[in-house]
Amino acid sequence: MPKTTQNDWIIKSKNSWFNLDIESTLAYKDLFFLLIRRDFVAFYKQTILGPLWFFIQPLLTMFVFSFVFGKIGNISTNNLPKPLFYLPGIICWNYFAECILKNSTVFRDNANLFSKVYFPRIILPMSIVFSSMVRFFIQQFLFVIILVIYSLNGFKLNINTTILLFPYLLILMAALGQGIGLIISSLTTKYRDLALLVNFGVQLLMFSTTVAYPLSAAPKNLQFWIALNPMTTILETFRYSFLGQGQFSITALIYTSIVTVIVFFVGIILFNKVEKDFIDTI
Amino acid sequence: MTNTAIQVENISKSYIKGAIGTGTLSRDIEQKIASLFNSKKNLETQNNNNLVWSLKDISFELKQGEALGIIGKNGAGKSTLLKILSKVTTPTKGIIKGKGRIASLLEVGTGFHPELSGRENIFLNGAILGMKKHEIKRNFDEIVDFSGVENYIDTPVKRYSSGMYVRLAFAVAAHLESEILIVDEVLAVGDADFQKKCLGKMGSISKGEGRTVLFVSHNMQSIQSLCSKALLLNKGTMQGFGAVPEMINKYLQNNEIFIPLNERTDRKGDGKVKVISVHFMDAKTNQFTNNFYVGMDLIIEIELASIQFNLNHNLEISLGISDQFGTRITLISNKVSGQNLNPIANGNWSQKILINKLPLVMGKYFFTVFISSNGNVHDWIIDAFPLMIESDKFFGELVHTLPTGQGNIYTDFQYL
Repeated sequence: MPKTTQNDWIIKSKNSWFNLDIESTLAYKDLFFLLIRRDFVAFYKQTILGPLWFFIQPLLTMFVFSFVFGKIGNISTNNLPKPLFYLPGIICWNYFAECILKNSTVFRDNANLFSKVYFPRIILPMSIVFSSMVRFFIQQFLFVIILVIYSLNGFKLNINTTILLFPYLLILMAALGQGIGLIISSLTTKYRDLALLVNFGVQLLMFSTTVAYPLSAAPKNLQFWIALNPMTTILETFRYSFLGQGQFSITALIYTSIVTVIVFFVGIILFNKVEKDFIDTI
Repeated sequence: MTNTAIQVENISKSYIKGAIGTGTLSRDIEQKIASLFNSKKNLETQNNNNLVWSLKDISFELKQGEALGIIGKNGAGKSTLLKILSKVTTPTKGIIKGKGRIASLLEVGTGFHPELSGRENIFLNGAILGMKKHEIKRNFDEIVDFSGVENYIDTPVKRYSSGMYVRLAFAVAAHLESEILIVDEVLAVGDADFQKKCLGKMGSISKGEGRTVLFVSHNMQSIQSLCSKALLLNKGTMQGFGAVPEMINKYLQNNEIFIPLNERTDRKGDGKVKVISVHFMDAKTNQFTNNFYVGMDLIIEIELASIQFNLNHNLEISLGISDQFGTRITLISNKVSGQNLNPIANGNWSQKILINKLPLVMGKYFFTVFISSNGNVHDWIIDAFPLMIESDKFFGELVHTLPTGQGNIYTDFQYL
């Protein structure tokens, strides 16, 4: 005999504009973890070098940046060794960009799944953010190793108490990436033309963020505009806490937090709205 | 106390014609601007004209443990109804109340990842279908056993044959611990043995375990053997809800909107001998019948009219039998059996043809009539009339029948 948990339910036409059913979402938490596992396992099963790719990609980018921006462009790195300056920016940006890009195609990538089975849809984008986080942690670990190697070779460590902000910065990045990604994905189900802009837009956004240069090296009149980009604050705080260089300001952090919360909730609300009838329009 | 499992009230679903997947931002802005200048009323009527109702006012109620078969032609709204019940899409109007967990199986293997092993996919697919991890663990051995892929359980499913893939996928779904199970026509896949196993499993789910099953199929036989009630849909509206045989009959009758012979304009031949009408009789009872079964002794009576027919010529009357896909199954002809007919030169007459132990499996057939003599075609009507064989009594009143995929004809065999 089946279990006799008599949970009654009702199916109606869509009514409320915000309807995040937390209870039924929690009931699917096993699916959430299995999806994270799937993304992770499937990624390295398809490759020859396997999990090594998690290291190769940021290291290669770091060398390219060191060469192009450091050697040729001669852009300041705040007197930090080039690898130590570029690596945290690259790692954080990779994570943030991946959250945006993968979330922005979540409807298209899973159209078949969504049209055949019901589960709380929000689980899928959430799982993307967290499975990318696994990669982020592995790469962050790489950064720490390199930091240790440098300090053993005489580099003076400058870690300070703002390092306690690390989890908070990570949450900000995740929420911001998720929010922007969901906004894009909600709009692209209806307006396909926007999808073409996403990759390009993310690239442009990177250059307006302090990934390849320190905020202090930007022209004075542009610094304000660059700081308006919430990712700039996150990166600068990140560098400041690990390397002691960069700009740290509580005001900027509060501003970033507010922007992130707004973007995140707009994303979730839009996603919720689109999720209900996107099967009929895709 | 009677337990209502699902109560569906006035469910309707509409789509806006033309606006599907073609939206661009600029077009929407254009429309918004245009709507500013038009009165609101204008816009509403325009929208109503563009609405397509794929379901309209569907209401029914199912008790716990009942199995509902949903039947109807393609485009009748069966899949839309299942999608609404599965919460994949929302209804435009109406409300559905229910009790208990729903698991729906609109497709087997949804969410399978080719790189993952069978074991990993069982957990992933189970979770997608709404199972908790500990429930999957509890049923794991049973699932593997049912699927019959024990030896490959740690192999990526991309290396599976399509048969293994489907078996594993159905096995997961069949072990869902839900009170309500919704199944689309997934049994169309897999080999005959496995189909039988699936049907058996579904039967035991509804009858044995007291769970409610909703089932869509084009196969009347599986509907009949599995379901206790049937819902007949046609173009999105409800044509009937009730006992299975009654609904199946209604469905088959609906299907037989056939152009009468005297209204056919595509007949060929000189018309010296013409078919007027055709009747069927059961040779055992000698009564006219519309109820055909495999193994019956069927008499086809063809009413004919002759005008100036030359009696010296040898008249040939042939009936070509095709299946619903247009494949010719066999030919009935007096030229093949070497019999001479006794036509009349002028006037109406009839010719009876007896088919002993009708050897065609259940299904729909079309008869093509061909009448000629000495190389002159008198009457030729392609697919002149249909014949629906609905049940199987070839070897008596037993329920056994040829499994699907095992051919179209019976052999009158005997084990000695």
